[in-house]
Amino acid sequence: MNGLRGISARRVAGLQKIKPDRPRIAVGLATCGTAVGGDRVYRRLQEVIENSGDDIMLTKTGCMGYCREEPLVNVTIPGKPLVVLHGVSTDDADEIVRAVRAGKVPYDRVLCQIPSWDHMSGTTIEYGRGFDQVPPYEDVPFFSHQKKVVLRNTGFINPEDLDEYLAVGGYAAAKKALTEMTPDAVIVEVERSGLRGRGGAGFPTGLKWRIAKKETGDQKYVICNADEGDPGAYMNRNEMESDPHMLVEGMIIGAYAVGAGEGLIYLRAEYPLAIKRLELAISEARTCGLLGKDIFDTGFDFDIRIVTGAGAFVCGESTALVASIEGKTGRPHPRPPRLTDLGGGLWGRPTVLNNVETWCNVPVIIQNGGDWFAEIGTEKNTGTKVFSLVGAVDRVGLVEVPLGTSLNTIVYEIGNGGANGKNVKAVQTGGPSGGCIPTRLFDMPMDYESLNRVGSIMGSGGIVVMDEETNMVDIARYFINFATGESCGKCVPCREGLKHTLLLLNKIMAGKGKENDLETLELLADTIKKTSLCGLGQSAPNPVLTTLAYFREEYDARVRR
Amino acid sequence: MDEKTLDEIISRYDSPSGRLLGILEEIQTSEGYIPRDVLEMLSVKLDVRLSQLYSLVTFYSFFSLKPIGEHVVTVCMGTACHVRGAAEILTTLEKLLGIERGTTQDGKYSVTTKDNKFTLEIARCFGACSIAPVIDIDGDLYGYTTPERLPEILEDYGWREP
Repeated sequence: MNGLRGISARRVAGLQKIKPDRPRIAVGLATCGTAVGGDRVYRRLQEVIENSGDDIMLTKTGCMGYCREEPLVNVTIPGKPLVVLHGVSTDDADEIVRAVRAGKVPYDRVLCQIPSWDHMSGTTIEYGRGFDQVPPYEDVPFFSHQKKVVLRNTGFINPEDLDEYLAVGGYAAAKKALTEMTPDAVIVEVERSGLRGRGGAGFPTGLKWRIAKKETGDQKYVICNADEGDPGAYMNRNEMESDPHMLVEGMIIGAYAVGAGEGLIYLRAEYPLAIKRLELAISEARTCGLLGKDIFDTGFDFDIRIVTGAGAFVCGESTALVASIEGKTGRPHPRPPRLTDLGGGLWGRPTVLNNVETWCNVPVIIQNGGDWFAEIGTEKNTGTKVFSLVGAVDRVGLVEVPLGTSLNTIVYEIGNGGANGKNVKAVQTGGPSGGCIPTRLFDMPMDYESLNRVGSIMGSGGIVVMDEETNMVDIARYFINFATGESCGKCVPCREGLKHTLLLLNKIMAGKGKENDLETLELLADTIKKTSLCGLGQSAPNPVLTTLAYFREEYDARVRR
Repeated sequence: MDEKTLDEIISRYDSPSGRLLGILEEIQTSEGYIPRDVLEMLSVKLDVRLSQLYSLVTFYSFFSLKPIGEHVVTVCMGTACHVRGAAEILTTLEKLLGIERGTTQDGKYSVTTKDNKFTLEIARCFGACSIAPVIDIDGDLYGYTTPERLPEILEDYGWREP
């Protein structure tokens, strides 16, 4: 039967791989884990196991997000909890294998233990009990405030193996949507969840789908924006590298809801591993009949292809992204027409464009219901958000918390404050479109409206921490320099305005600024914000406006009176 | 790149969505840059005006119109790297490789050493922010870089102190 081509057998096989009846060692091998030596650890473990002849399964997983402690290695011994090892190097390989052979774990490398894990798909994996001296996952300060919904599988399953995704309840939501629900019922559920776009402005996802569904036409598209252009943000990379099927499943459900026959993932060329893993996921899904014709015997046809972006920040803007897929330069056009309108989307067809993380939230919403999802977070800001907590912070990593969690919790409790004992001065959220938020505002909740109120935006979720050594004027100049380079040049306020903003900031940084330069700077920023064509220009002055508002003294110190 | 290779690349793109960029990206990856003759050939084969292809190649930062050196060193200029000293990494690399800062005609930072051994470029963000500052050499990422560590890294690629 189509859609069930060996799926139950593969699910059983997957469970055997996640919880084998022999010890299992899994090395976290996303891009960052690999870069700090994870692949060398993997190869060394392979040698040691081959030489010793031990019956140990060696495999790879994605990333658990605790980047500072990488390379991370998971060890499971039948009947015992999963144990996470941290800061593992090639020198530890012998000791790890020796301990595992004896039914133990190397205690000087343990981070925490996980006796059971809820994959939020109706499947909980029970690993076992024991290792009482190893602290539980919940007691690790980096993890204790987090709630993993999007990252529900990352670090647990092998992202290059559909079997394992199926074993943790994967594609159950797609099956439920396609075989038990009408497209309208799917949209109602997403509306009820309150899910908002995770790529920037927070537009209600269910509403976007409803508008696209109403449009008529011979063909519709769903697109995933995986261009993750904000410097300092890498959550989408990890989501795709660690759990690619989650994205594919979300897109299948969305396509069914709006009636799209083709899906496209616009993925930046700078992410080769994400491209590789998604290509594999798509081809495996096709083999099993999860993509292609007559999915789950419902008569629903849908397939996905990857389009690689070629490096242009402005292509995060929806109309520019679509132009880029059509083989044009990524220059935005005024809206309406919106992408969802007939005539406005890809090749003129109604198109739903959502960010990676938005799509990744869809399967759990369908599986557990919109009401379940709406319980997480706050009233208008439901669910979780994955933030990349980076820069001058002690515990660097990917952090997933309910929306509405305060910056204090994120920066101090999860991130443990500044790196190397330095004091935190500010965070910058939302990339080049966002603003700098001073520590005195850190009790604010991280939600779309609160961020806008202080002059910043959610963006895709980058949080770059700045300490006492960071010069805020330099930060403003850094972002304006970035935006100047990435402006597509179509409209004057953005193209010329940003250039002159940059010249002013250079002058001030060089100590040649005058007091009235600050007024000119403010005036320019305000004009660019109000008159630019697209989101890039409209938000590009935010780093200047927020640093002027919150760190005026740093500008004053550099201008002559 | 010969005509046959180009035909093979083109034949892999059966859908118009993402076709032009995809083909250009494959040329860039295979040749290290976009040679003029290949671009002209492509223009004829696809019946797309050369000016349109030129505008794509100069708009997107992934493409380069100039040949590159044997090894490509790319410095990440993302925010996390910036906060952790990417500017110093870049100036140190310029000094070590003996090149002067400058942008090429297409407005991109890309400089190749005289002996054609290294090309130094900058990138917006690799998304490897947790190990900032980061550089990439021929596709391999190096995290937690410091100006002091750079000579040692470069030596693996045949760099010797002048």
